[in-house]
Amino acid sequence: MSATLPLSNGNGADHRLTKADFQSDQETRWCPGCGDYAILNAVQTLMPDLGVPTEKTVFVTGIGCAGRFAYYMDTYGMHSIHGRAATIATGLATTREDLSIWVVSGDGDALSIGGNHLIHALRRNVPVKILLFNNQIYGLTKGQASPTSERGKITKSTPFGSLDKPFNPIALALGAEATFVARTLDRDRRHMTEVLRQAAEHRGASLVEIYQNCPVFNDGAFFNLTEKDTKVAAQIRLEHGQPIVFGPEEARRGVARAQDGGLELVDAVGNEQRLLVHDQHRDDPSLAFALARLADRPTEPTPIGIFRQVQRPVHGAAASENPGRAAGDLTALDGLLHAGDTWTVA
Amino acid sequence: MNKTVEERERVVVRFAGDSGDGMQLAGGRFTDATAVLGNDLATLPDFPAEIRAPAGTIPGVSAFQIHFASRDILTPGDAPNVLVAMNPAALKANLPALPRGATIIVNEDAFTRRNLEKAGYPVSPLEDDTLAEFTVHRVPMTTLTARASEGLEGVGTRDAGRAKNLFALGLLSWLYDRPTDVTERWIEGKFASKPAAKAANLAAFRAGWSFGETTELLDVQYKILPATDVEPGTYRQVNGTTATALGLLAGSVRSGLPLLLASYPITPASELLHELSKHERLGVRTVQAEDEIAAAGVALGAAFGGHLGITSTSGPGMDLKAETIGLALMLELPMVIVDVQRAGPSTGLPTKTEQSDLLMAMYGRHGDAPLPIVAAQTPGDCFRSAFEAVQIAIERRTPVILLTDGFLANSSEPWRIPELSELPEIDPAFAKEIGAEERFLPYARDERGVRPWAPPGTPGLEHRIGGIEKQDGTGNISYDPANHQTMTRLRAEKVAKIADELPPLAVDDPDGDADVLVIGWGSTYGSIRAGVRRVRDRGLRVAQAHVRHISPLPSNIGEVLRAYDKVLVPEMNTGQLVKLLRAEFLVDCTPYNKVTGQPLYAAELEEAIVELIEAPTEVTA
Ligand SMILES: Cc1ncc(C[n+]2csc(CCOP(=O)(O)OP(=O)(O)O)c2C)c(N)n1
Ligand code: SF4
Ligand SMILES: [Mg+2]
Repeated sequence: MSATLPLSNGNGADHRLTKADFQSDQETRWCPGCGDYAILNAVQTLMPDLGVPTEKTVFVTGIGCAGRFAYYMDTYGMHSIHGRAATIATGLATTREDLSIWVVSGDGDALSIGGNHLIHALRRNVPVKILLFNNQIYGLTKGQASPTSERGKITKSTPFGSLDKPFNPIALALGAEATFVARTLDRDRRHMTEVLRQAAEHRGASLVEIYQNCPVFNDGAFFNLTEKDTKVAAQIRLEHGQPIVFGPEEARRGVARAQDGGLELVDAVGNEQRLLVHDQHRDDPSLAFALARLADRPTEPTPIGIFRQVQRPVHGAAASENPGRAAGDLTALDGLLHAGDTWTVA
Repeated sequence: MNKTVEERERVVVRFAGDSGDGMQLAGGRFTDATAVLGNDLATLPDFPAEIRAPAGTIPGVSAFQIHFASRDILTPGDAPNVLVAMNPAALKANLPALPRGATIIVNEDAFTRRNLEKAGYPVSPLEDDTLAEFTVHRVPMTTLTARASEGLEGVGTRDAGRAKNLFALGLLSWLYDRPTDVTERWIEGKFASKPAAKAANLAAFRAGWSFGETTELLDVQYKILPATDVEPGTYRQVNGTTATALGLLAGSVRSGLPLLLASYPITPASELLHELSKHERLGVRTVQAEDEIAAAGVALGAAFGGHLGITSTSGPGMDLKAETIGLALMLELPMVIVDVQRAGPSTGLPTKTEQSDLLMAMYGRHGDAPLPIVAAQTPGDCFRSAFEAVQIAIERRTPVILLTDGFLANSSEPWRIPELSELPEIDPAFAKEIGAEERFLPYARDERGVRPWAPPGTPGLEHRIGGIEKQDGTGNISYDPANHQTMTRLRAEKVAKIADELPPLAVDDPDGDADVLVIGWGSTYGSIRAGVRRVRDRGLRVAQAHVRHISPLPSNIGEVLRAYDKVLVPEMNTGQLVKLLRAEFLVDCTPYNKVTGQPLYAAELEEAIVELIEAPTEVTA
């Protein structure tokens, strides 16, 4: 009677997965030039390399332009409700340790309506990969300010400029005790692929903030970081074990400890001894936090890459013999029904 | 000394004291002994809303009522025959509920100046004529308890001071001739690792018993013979919370789906979270989520993964779950939402009972969003209702709301343990793997309107579901107007079709000639039955029916309603089922409503029924 879940890998050993296996037949509906296309493309290209079959891969998404992502992946998927994808993914991850679970969310979805769920998924270290498409705007609802929109931003809902201090998603995730925190760019395919690969391999919750251009409502928000003329001077690429340096060869700069204990940008030449070496496995998150706050806006030199990657017990890791793996049997049920004092009436 | 023994058919006892006095414990133990003796019984705890209201004050009073009898009984009783009052506040708070002639047993030691002041008595009610209409027994329980443990090894005044509830229990156990071994065994088990507390409690319990037996204060002992009119079988005592947990677990075992309960603490639903958390061995996972929205999401995620996803809550928590319930309904995935109703709106009266979420369960979501609703009727019946909710959810791929309430959750009664053969197998019927040329249609339906359930993991069945309207069959996004109309209809029909396989509404109308029908739902079952019994004892005719399936309603209910001249609908709300019945069937129904946070009483129902029977029938031309 017991229903067993179909857990087999149906793709025979002879079938090598390709990008096409991960592309659904649904027509993509994002605006032309939207950064979401590049992310979709990178994810679909990466998937075959991860060695997880399509039937064991699940995308759970929230609501927003980013939320449409689920429909375009030929895996299992759920396009859920605004802000709550992390909760649904938590339930799925708690019960199905055999799956590779991805959450796709926007800045409004993950940080506004779903902020509570995001921090708790990170705190619990739920084994899900959370991709936060940050375009610093509400795309789907046609251009209102989001919790990552800069102060003073004029939008339909803030005609006199947004008054509120924006969130820094990386700092927020670190504050929520996240074990994998990274930032990448929609317009840097190689960097994005590498970060996503590492996120996929992480045991526990991974948060990847992807700066994503919305050409319709917030065009060019990240161009300083992504366009040819400026990006070299603006991208601070974090590489594990390497000194944190950036900028053109002729004007190399780096990150060093300032006298007051904070971080400062210095000329790389002449300060070699002071340059910080990036250690993404540092247990103490304070340096990662300081790096996260190095740039207030993407118009300044901004760190990208993996800020932190540490090991911590994963949510749902078995505490007892049989937590949620198989339903009880009839004997156990009968025993439970008869627990305590019983009496018989003839 | 020689005491008279009198037989009684039924008795209602209320233990009342400060929340620190252990009245729930005393009541619970008395209940166990009573159950083992074979009396039928029903209980009702009454907790204060504040955890630590100032000791000795009226807000700090905690009470436990038990009704036990030698025949089938239906409610915890309207009014106590005996009140045990451990302090002046307990006396004052419970006095209004006592009928003239009732017996009061007070802990005399607690009637100090300070305690009297705290309870707002300028003069001790033991000294003036406040209690003139009652039989009062003054027992110095604190002193006698302390004396009982004098000289016991390792027992300090603290252990002794805490045991006076056991003294009261011992005294009442003598008064009603309850078996002592059940209680003594319990004390020994409970305090196995604390020898001093064990000794003090045993001594206090025995001292209470001997006090009854030897002093002249009480000259009659009462016997209540075992109930004989109960169905044969093996019984245990359960409260509604335990019965709900067992029913959900039985659903898990019979479907083979491991159970995940996600919940956020809230009174009175928290108890279900606590209860199910104990059963990891039976494959249960519990998640204490960050809020009720998350809890619903976690349960839905588990359901998506092919497990039995359940979420439980009360009051405001229900408001928060609405959006996720709507999603589950759109996804057509199984999920059970347990709503342990409490008095609202807003925070309302968290520890008090009410049945005011019926219309919310029916309509509390945006859009046309029908779903099945099952309402439990008695504490033990929570088992069957929970099992049924699971069964409907899994077999019909739909969220199901299970309505219980604070009264059911906390009250207990003897419950006949079902045979395993009485629990049908539930087939999750997961979608099977298909050939490479075939196309999986996640929204194709069978003759019951049910779609396939394909949890992640099955090769070839990869598909996407979501909250956006879906194309009939394929499940792809569809904005087609006609398709939305079709899908709205299909979702409603799927729920409506459940009625085809539900038992018809049973009507209890012994002679088949009553003019008045009393129809209720949920936890008022016992009170309504008791009220109806009283009316019939007066030689009047009345029919009675109780709705378990609020949605879809039983297919014969319209016929039943139309067969009677007058219909009375008692509810612990301001009239919710009554609106539904009038709207659906265009029959006039008379509401009877009460929202005091207390259950309905048999006596008030008796009156309401008689009034309706005697009311002239309006003749409509
Ligand atoms: C409960 C609820 N409130 C509001 C909305 C409307 N809504 C849909 S998407 C969205 C914001 C989307 O912004 P973001 O998450 O940044 O995603 P983007 O569209 O930019 O990718 C809002 C407010 C909704 N769907 N549900
Ligand atoms: S509105 Fe912006 S984010 Fe949304 S699809 Fe269009 S370009 Fe992309
Ligand atoms: Mg956005």
